[in-house]
Amino acid sequence: MAEASLAEASLAEASLAEASLADEPATLPVAARLAAPISDWFAGRGWQIRAHQLETLAAAQAGHSVLLVAPTGGGKTLAGFLPSLVELAERGPRRPGMPGSGLHTLYVSPLKALAVDVLRNLEEPAREMGLGLSIETRTGDTPPAKRDRQRRMPPDILLTTPEQVALMISAPDADRTFRHLKRVVVDEAHALWGGKRGDLLALGLARLSQLAPTSRRIGLSATVADEAALARWVGGGTPAHLVKGAPGAEPQLRILASEERVPWSGHSARHALGEVLTAIAGARTALVFVNTRAQAEFVFQDLWRMNHAGLEIALHHGSLSPEQRRKVEAAMAAGKLRAVVCTSTLDLGIDWGAVDLVIQIGAPKGAARMIQRIGRANHRLDEPSRALMVPANRFEVLECEAAVEAVREGALDPEFARTGALDVLAQHVLGMACAGGFEADALYGEVTSAAPYGDLGRTDFDRVVEFVATGGYALKEYERWRRLARRKDGLWVPAHPAVSRQYRMNVGTIVQSPMIKVRLKGGRTLGEVEEWFVEQLRLGDTFVFAGEVLAFQGLREMAAMVTRATGRDPMVPSYNGGRFPLSTFLAARVRRLLAEPARWLSLPAPVSEWLGVQRLRSIIPKAGELLVETFPRAGKHYLVCYPFEGRLAHQTLGMLMTRRMERAGLKPLGFVASDYALAAWSLGDPAGLDMGALFDEDMLGDDLEAWLAESALMKRTFRNVAVIAGLIERRHPGLEKTGRQVTFSSDLIYDVLRRHEPDHILMQATWADAATGLLDIRRLGEMLARIKGHIVIRNLPRVSPLAVPVMLEIGREPVAGEAMDALLGEAADALISEAMAVD
Amino acid sequence: MQTPIAFAGLALFADLSGALWLPESATLVVADLHLEKGSSFATRGVPLPPYDSLATLIRLEEACTRLQPRQVVALGDSFHDVEAASRLGPGVAERLAGLLDRVDWLWILGNHDPRPPDRFAGRVAETLALGPLLLRHEPEAAPAPGEVAGHLHPKAGVVVRGRRIGARCFVSDGKRVLMPAFGAYAGGLDVFEAPIRSLFPEGFHAYLLGRDSVHAISASRLTPGALPRLRR
Repeated sequence: MAEASLAEASLAEASLAEASLADEPATLPVAARLAAPISDWFAGRGWQIRAHQLETLAAAQAGHSVLLVAPTGGGKTLAGFLPSLVELAERGPRRPGMPGSGLHTLYVSPLKALAVDVLRNLEEPAREMGLGLSIETRTGDTPPAKRDRQRRMPPDILLTTPEQVALMISAPDADRTFRHLKRVVVDEAHALWGGKRGDLLALGLARLSQLAPTSRRIGLSATVADEAALARWVGGGTPAHLVKGAPGAEPQLRILASEERVPWSGHSARHALGEVLTAIAGARTALVFVNTRAQAEFVFQDLWRMNHAGLEIALHHGSLSPEQRRKVEAAMAAGKLRAVVCTSTLDLGIDWGAVDLVIQIGAPKGAARMIQRIGRANHRLDEPSRALMVPANRFEVLECEAAVEAVREGALDPEFARTGALDVLAQHVLGMACAGGFEADALYGEVTSAAPYGDLGRTDFDRVVEFVATGGYALKEYERWRRLARRKDGLWVPAHPAVSRQYRMNVGTIVQSPMIKVRLKGGRTLGEVEEWFVEQLRLGDTFVFAGEVLAFQGLREMAAMVTRATGRDPMVPSYNGGRFPLSTFLAARVRRLLAEPARWLSLPAPVSEWLGVQRLRSIIPKAGELLVETFPRAGKHYLVCYPFEGRLAHQTLGMLMTRRMERAGLKPLGFVASDYALAAWSLGDPAGLDMGALFDEDMLGDDLEAWLAESALMKRTFRNVAVIAGLIERRHPGLEKTGRQVTFSSDLIYDVLRRHEPDHILMQATWADAATGLLDIRRLGEMLARIKGHIVIRNLPRVSPLAVPVMLEIGREPVAGEAMDALLGEAADALISEAMAVD
Repeated sequence: MQTPIAFAGLALFADLSGALWLPESATLVVADLHLEKGSSFATRGVPLPPYDSLATLIRLEEACTRLQPRQVVALGDSFHDVEAASRLGPGVAERLAGLLDRVDWLWILGNHDPRPPDRFAGRVAETLALGPLLLRHEPEAAPAPGEVAGHLHPKAGVVVRGRRIGARCFVSDGKRVLMPAFGAYAGGLDVFEAPIRSLFPEGFHAYLLGRDSVHAISASRLTPGALPRLRR
């Protein structure tokens, strides 16, 4: 086998450390071994292999796992595959019909589409290098026969997703499939590691290391704040060796200084869309990012209304039908579009070379997300990415300023050290039982080698195993019907064959909320919307969806039937998904910006004027303070505070705060939360309240407990946990158990479990999810601790300028804070006499 | 805790517990207890929390303590399946036996429990006539004035201020009453589904079980659930 066109030597630790320090030019002799077909291929194209590609190769050849952090467009994917290509070139091509020596490289990506794209981009060079490799993808769409064959006769390189990895390692013959595995490439690691999918993959990687002890991992990632933590996640037991790509050119980031007045509130940025259209016209291809699907629909409609030049502008979000999305992506790839209005669905994905401008409508909510999105423009390292931020309201102007400042400093939102979710662990434990059984001590060791579970105590592990085996209840009623049995040799195995079937139906951590298809009468399916939205529609109601105004014509054949319409005030499905709360990191910067009037000079005039008047009429809080204002208005009393902790934490605060106001006899009527502020209104005057007591941390004790009993958010969280953990079966299209039934029965289970075994492991998992998820309790707790003794109170005669934005949200947002009975009473009261009439 | 059900000349109360209270005869009616539904799932490899029978009986005990009925009528499907009575844990079985000791108890048979539970006391019947009322498990498809039945597990939803609130409910048109399921794990069927709607051709009121009280809401104000309609 031919070898090494570059320096060839065994790698000293010192040279590795040096190499990782900075962006050394590629011409430096780096101790990597490159096979002739590969160096020839590079030379044939007149390409220079890049420094970080060589470093990755060298570190991998030295037997390390590697984390490569580089901006988009740096040849990251190729770097990830280079060690595999060299080894496979050394092995030599397979003869036709030869079964080969088993799977060599497993590539895992968060997106199916990315795996397919990588296949295309890898097959060609592999063919040109004459390596004779078999490269295949495996996704949910792969036919069962092919999957089966892939398990028995694996290709050299398999491109797949975390869910498929879980399925493959749970097969009883997984050791045969993976025993020759040398490399695992995890693409877009930054997008995976922070969530439950990352937990699942980390557990899968730990298992792969057991099946193939000599295998090593390569993680590919965009820039993250805590590289060391991500390196630990990629490496498992030993942190991965960190390689950093050269930073791309500084992005050109601009905030749209609109000629129009900046609105007080709202999220549609309608005032600036004319200027957005001009920006699109001035670019080759633009990606227009918005934060929610509803916003995407609005912006798309409005842009077309003024698009007299007929620029090709398309729409892309997660509720549109897959066919529709594929069509847009294909048109984009073919260079036929001038702009796509999109949500986070396009945060990741295939590179489109033609994109030269990214427009962010509405504030980005986090610096890391902004950098990720900016990176979607211009995938050439030497040219700067261009991005335009379009704040939709005054607070968003502040947030955009803070984001620009963060991006310039290269400062990113810090990730919180993630604790692996117990529901995901339960799923994995069941999978490992299906994979021929496990020995508890060994599995515990394996699980704790995965970074998210590094601190998992043995007691919790045992409780999870017990949950999987019998349900794990204090009342030992279910011993007879256990799912797992412990054999004499100590191995935990499925108690009956149905268990494996159940497991395979339930793999994965993504739990869909019940969705209903939207179909044009006599035509195609446009996409799907949340069931609860459809439940509110009456015949003839119009709404905006898939870029069209539609009229609801009733439910038929598993779909909401619609016709095209021209409604004057169509509703917009205000989907649950896609709404990110303002990151803690960016929030702190916004508070600082607010507290320093000298910096307001750079703000648009209406915004600095707004803040100036606030200073006169009320006060501008210092960065560490919480401002609480009270004022009367139209027969009610208002209390507005400005924690800047994001909508979720504010909603939880609102729930707890109004309970306290209720007890203080203030008769609270409701509240509204934004990312920046919280406004509550009541019949009684809160001016005399002890605000220190109102915002005391102890609200996270009994009050929280009492509220959670009723909280629909907690029930929704429990439902996801119960599905992932395998307590409730997942919804499968076409199967009888519908999403609705799952929702309903999981609520009943929650009520019973909460009352009779509140310490159950799934309640513990639900609580952990709620603390960081829909209720954001952790952040609320940190805020309450932070502002203790730093509350500034202003009892005002009338509404303050700073309060206006959140006050304008009242009436736009459903009013929170009313209990079920108050609302039911509202429906019943008017009709009670009718109800009582005796026919 | 209770809301009167508009019913020609009779005092019928929808109790917040989900039971029907007939003060004139001091009779408490509960439908579809589905005891041991949880363990029936466990036998199929789905280990739901095993506390559903306990939760159901505690609620029934509370209603009995509060209302002191002379008679309790369990309106059928009291046990989730024919093996259910034998699966009751010792503590729970004792609780049920204790209840049976305290009041005059009638088991009406249902489709889930077609045999009388020989493990427990109590009289057994197919139906019970109580003045103008006829109590039975499954409602007649034909008009049946005076009928009180269960079997269908009605639930209803209403949209208030942009939020849909759903709950179990009694359903009545003033001529017959359909009772909500009492069991902790008993699911629900939307009142606009044909099996329920067809019983009340001239419209109805639903009596929704809230957290603190029972709310009477006319059918015209209710919003159907989406997926049940799609399943058919």
